[in-house]
Amino acid sequence: MAVHSGVTREPGHKKHKATQYIVGYLRSLILTAVAFGPALTHTMRVGPLIVVLTILAGLQIVVQLYFFMHITEGDGPPFHALFLVLGLIFTFAIALMSVWIMGFPAFMAQVS
Amino acid sequence: MPSGFMQFADKYLMWKEGPMIWGSDVAILLVSIGIVFALTYFHKWKWLWREWITTVDHKKIGIMYLICALLMLFRGGADAELLRTQLAIPNNHFLSAEHYDQIFTTHGTIMILFMAMPFIFALFNIVVPLQIGARDVAFPYLNAISFWLFFFAAMLFNLSFVFGGSPDASWVSYPPLSELGFDPGPGENYYLLALQITGIGSIATGINFLATIFKMRAPGMKLMHMPLFTWSTVAACVVIIFAFPALAIAIALLTLDRIFGTHFFTILHGGNPMMFVNLFWVWGHPEVYIVVLPAFGVYSEVVATFARKRIFGYSSMVASLMLISVISYFVWAHHFFTMGAGADVNTFFAVASMLVGIPTGVKVFNWLFTMYRGRIRMTLPMLWTIAFVPCFAIGGATGIMLAAAPADYQYHNSYFLIAHFHQVLIGGVVFGMLAGMYYWWPKMFGFKLDERLGRWAFWFFNIGFYVCFMPQYALGFMGMQRRMYTYPADMGWNTLNLISTIGAYIMAIGFVFIVIQVLYSVKYGERDLTGDPWDGRTLEWSLPSPAPHYNFAVIPTVTSRDVWWELKEQGRTDELKPKAEDIKPIHMPKNSARPFLMGLAFFVAGFGFVFDLLWLGFLGLAGVVACLIARALEYNDDYHIPVHEVVETEATLGRLG
Repeated sequence: MAVHSGVTREPGHKKHKATQYIVGYLRSLILTAVAFGPALTHTMRVGPLIVVLTILAGLQIVVQLYFFMHITEGDGPPFHALFLVLGLIFTFAIALMSVWIMGFPAFMAQVS
Repeated sequence: MPSGFMQFADKYLMWKEGPMIWGSDVAILLVSIGIVFALTYFHKWKWLWREWITTVDHKKIGIMYLICALLMLFRGGADAELLRTQLAIPNNHFLSAEHYDQIFTTHGTIMILFMAMPFIFALFNIVVPLQIGARDVAFPYLNAISFWLFFFAAMLFNLSFVFGGSPDASWVSYPPLSELGFDPGPGENYYLLALQITGIGSIATGINFLATIFKMRAPGMKLMHMPLFTWSTVAACVVIIFAFPALAIAIALLTLDRIFGTHFFTILHGGNPMMFVNLFWVWGHPEVYIVVLPAFGVYSEVVATFARKRIFGYSSMVASLMLISVISYFVWAHHFFTMGAGADVNTFFAVASMLVGIPTGVKVFNWLFTMYRGRIRMTLPMLWTIAFVPCFAIGGATGIMLAAAPADYQYHNSYFLIAHFHQVLIGGVVFGMLAGMYYWWPKMFGFKLDERLGRWAFWFFNIGFYVCFMPQYALGFMGMQRRMYTYPADMGWNTLNLISTIGAYIMAIGFVFIVIQVLYSVKYGERDLTGDPWDGRTLEWSLPSPAPHYNFAVIPTVTSRDVWWELKEQGRTDELKPKAEDIKPIHMPKNSARPFLMGLAFFVAGFGFVFDLLWLGFLGLAGVVACLIARALEYNDDYHIPVHEVVETEATLGRLG
């Protein structure tokens, strides 16, 4: 509901079908379930498990961006993509640096 | 009285806890009766419902945010006075240890989340659409939802004081202390649920204003034409959108631990409490930039207006705003240098923390250069801005001291830290918000706040501030730790603590003067008939005060930065007056009661989960879902203001060109 100077709906804003949202929702649920499996059952070692979970998380981001945020249909100026890049940088920086911090590198070096 | 009632009174109403609870009960009861009586007596119920509760107008939502922020400043301030009274003399037992814990917890949480956040949202709402030449925000309905989520979250949080008990694990609520085993009772749940609900609203506000600024600027307004307050809103919104989810996750996991018996943060069952500390500060550090960036925006507007000069170094101002919002993500571990992640981690975060001081320094110099050789008018907004500079400089310098990781091992969690962050949060955020409130008050209400009373408030608050917090730096060096409820007499801390408490009282007098000033000015304040009382530079001053509910009868075309100032210089201000033939029907969103009801549903859900009444919790959530579905099926949510109505309104305002 954009309250703009007389323009109610801009040209790029097509109506999206409900099926697309439902498919996206199901896919994100499936990805979540697949991630829960190995995390709950302890069938994998920690190292590979982290890699698998990171990849699944990445796929989850793709699903969100494509199905819910319609990333392929943007009509804004190109610099809007900058914010997306910034978002990805923040996401990976926070995730990877958290792994770094919470791995307690100094302590682990002493232990081993 | 029946014993059932007495049990209820002891457990939930806490009537054995003493006069503070009784006093609050009586005060709440009297105020509630007073409000209901006044609304009924003056037949204002319908007015309240139509004009305020169901409104989606950004100006009214902004005013409601402002009122809430000032009320919460009072509550948080009252908490602070209680804390300082307890610490005034050694071995004091004015408060028990338990009460002291509760009060510093609510003080911190309220000041950050229920005072600073609504204060910046108040200014976003009141200023941004007017500055960029828009008729409302991008999503007015969502904007109302954000406000009501904040409002009901604040109600839920404050309810804890008189019903069930306040949270007492500090505003950071680290597990294991905040886990069920160490902290039973509803207090901590209140904290978790209230923050969760208000956090949803904050994320929505961040998205809303980013969309508004990128999509709804007046024609011709390029990004580098935008006023700096709008730029600071962009920077703050970017940080909100990326930081708040981390808080939502951290407290959701802790809520699951406490209510559904999971073990994310309980060590015995394989959880890791330090992960909460990490997640909390992934949000917590950017959060302080969220609240200070809009204050920087205010200073930029105020300095340029009252020095009657273009802001010095506009593009470096924009660049440093954006740099701060990016670097703010890479500093969070400096809150827990002592946790033991090691020298590599600490070095990285120490250097990043010092880096963030550089763009901030650039901004301070730009403000000073703007003032240099300007014809400065010492109005209230300018006074607070000038007071901010030395205050923030000292706060920044002590911040660099804290950022040096090896030294931080000495200061960590001492009163040195307390003095530091109060100096940047009061000197930076509160001064900025007050400057912004004084500056835009005439735009909101159509009259200025009284200058003389404002000066009394200013001097009391400022002198009180230094008397209160300077001794705390020394106390920190002398070994006094934060969150200690009392101390023995032979530590050598007595005099400094007493001085600090006196300072806190002086600040309270300053606040009382602000209250008197507002009440006095409602009746006697100088009326603003021109819409441009400060001789301003940006678009909001081209409108009458207060602005009509559609803001701009005809959307202006912008050709330069500080467009209103340029037009005044060239004697072309009449070009912004609408001509009757140019006016078209104006497309507006309809009011809706649903945002309010949705907030209420969230409140019910929150209350249910606080007391482990899962049925009530899920009932509330069902109400939320019902509101969402009703909205999804709503098609008739907008209307057009007919031309003759706009023409009439503009004619009565004397603005038809």
